[in-house]
Amino acid sequence: MNRIEAAFAKQKKVFIGFITAGDPTLAVTKELVLTMEKAGCGIVELGIPFSDPVAEGIVVQRADTRALAAGTTTDKIFDLVAELRKETQVPLVFLTYANPIYTYGADRFFAKCEETGVDGVIIPDIPYEEREEMLPYSRPHHVAVVPLVAPTSRDRIQKISAVAEGYVYLVSSLGVTGVRENITTDMEAIVKEVRKTAKVPCAVGFGISTPEQAKKMAAASDGAIVGSAIVKIVEAHGEDSPRYVYDYVKEMAAAVREAAK
Amino acid sequence: MTKGRYGIHGGQYLPETLMNAVLELEEAYEHYRNDPDFLAELHRLYREYANRPSLLYYAKKMTEDLGGCKIYLKREDLNHTGAHKINNVLGQILLAKKMGKKRVIAETGAGQHGVATATGAALMNMECVVYMGSEDCERQKLNVFRMQLLGAEVVPVESGTGTLKDAVNEALRVWTARCEDTFYVLGSCMGPHPYPAMVRDFQKVIGEEIRAQLQEKEGRLPDYVLACVGGGSNAIGAFYDFIKEPEVKLIGVEAAGLGVDDPKNAATISNGSLGIFHGMKSYFLQDEYGQIAPVYSISAGLDYPGIGPEHAHLHDIGRVQYVPATDAEAVEAFNYLSKTEGIIPAVESAHAVAHAMKLAPTLPKDKIMVINLSGRGDKDVAAIARYMGVDLHE
Repeated sequence: MNRIEAAFAKQKKVFIGFITAGDPTLAVTKELVLTMEKAGCGIVELGIPFSDPVAEGIVVQRADTRALAAGTTTDKIFDLVAELRKETQVPLVFLTYANPIYTYGADRFFAKCEETGVDGVIIPDIPYEEREEMLPYSRPHHVAVVPLVAPTSRDRIQKISAVAEGYVYLVSSLGVTGVRENITTDMEAIVKEVRKTAKVPCAVGFGISTPEQAKKMAAASDGAIVGSAIVKIVEAHGEDSPRYVYDYVKEMAAAVREAAK
Repeated sequence: MTKGRYGIHGGQYLPETLMNAVLELEEAYEHYRNDPDFLAELHRLYREYANRPSLLYYAKKMTEDLGGCKIYLKREDLNHTGAHKINNVLGQILLAKKMGKKRVIAETGAGQHGVATATGAALMNMECVVYMGSEDCERQKLNVFRMQLLGAEVVPVESGTGTLKDAVNEALRVWTARCEDTFYVLGSCMGPHPYPAMVRDFQKVIGEEIRAQLQEKEGRLPDYVLACVGGGSNAIGAFYDFIKEPEVKLIGVEAAGLGVDDPKNAATISNGSLGIFHGMKSYFLQDEYGQIAPVYSISAGLDYPGIGPEHAHLHDIGRVQYVPATDAEAVEAFNYLSKTEGIIPAVESAHAVAHAMKLAPTLPKDKIMVINLSGRGDKDVAAIARYMGVDLHE
């Protein structure tokens, strides 16, 4: 059983937290990962910052800009993962765009993932049609490529889910990442479609910031993914952010566990 | 290989939320691209609204002054709205209308594509929002106001370098939020399939006209066709009909900004490397980690860190030669054409003129060169004055 499978097996509903690596520094990122795990985060998604993150709202865009300005690079993030693996077995999933992986060399990138202990990768601009750009390189290195399913996916849901690895990332709403007051998409209906073909769990992300939303989305699926709301705390508190993130994640993770009852 | 490929380039690298929108677009485009009624309506608009065919003008004074080959100018600057951009916009907005869309969005660099889209939207009764980098809004204030006069909303994009790539980023983000009722009118032969093919098909009228007009005037094909290249839509439009004629030499001129060896340039073929960005695989200006470079050119329309995938392929197979021209060379050509022929070119098109000024004197008098004058320079007058240190008070 790999680390992602173990996380879903252990906690029936998983809270997944996202932060941008290197925002504000890689040292703080390391502390944040360990803190989030302690607070009940079952999987940590680490953003490899990109100059032009077209699927991100303004909060994560700003985090990427800060991280890049601080000198964060893909190689330094791999070093961070290697460091983290001495202290934690929490599943780590990268979120980045096609270009940083392609330019690094997909084979070299996924080999580094395996070597340092990265469990999965989410690539918003690699849709089902272009999956062969990554899968021939990710599979031999046992790195899961987590696909996204959107409210507009309709007839595409079953084929995407059928080849999903790690988990299926369900996009709750149209648009880019960011906090939303209301999520109106009928997630139950989408989850039902996903489960017809998926061999892996599914979790809902985009727009979730309150414990109520997290509980509701986790109840409809296998977990809730929260990014921008955490990144906002990091933006506000910088080096002091871990203790604030701890309190927030603790409350959110408890709400997700509630959904399992 | 997946759809929409040019050699290894092209593809459909988009967020899942947009996939059904581009597949729907692809299906509609496949349906209408050879539909006689659609094409008849488009060509009626070209003729009666956009002022096509644009003139093919023999630049006699320039020819004599440079002392080499015979030079013709393809006058896309005389189109309605002042550039080749209207060709593509009329095609896409007509398609949007057939698809039942009532709202269009567009990105713009120099503002010419934004103006053309605002124009088409006014004509076809559509709501129109144009995304434009904040730096470009500053460089092209007149075009911002022009779009507003046409009824469009212009949204300045502050992120990144505040230029064309950031406008594309924002248009993609906004399209993700409203893909079900909004048609994205992309301005160049770039982005995910079917855009590169569709934009080329709506622009190829330029080359087809050059062929027919030159046949009438000279009874033969040109020896050289030159065009400036940012994303590359005017160039692919001018080149496409001649790709199958190996004796016609095709030259794309990129913006080298302060110089190809200076970090401040936008010469993608000269300095770029393979990457995946804005929905396509192609060449991009980027660092070793795949971070897209902050590019620069005096020309807001060429100030883009990538190039359309078909151009990338035409470069790979050696069918088109891509060469750089600097800001200084473009401004010199801008002044030269204004004084020599009484034609003020867009600073984008001036890059093509700049290379022609180097090449033409080296060619024999019996050779024929066509320069695609993609747009007019009215929009650039203030920026050129700034560059030349002239203080304008309006």
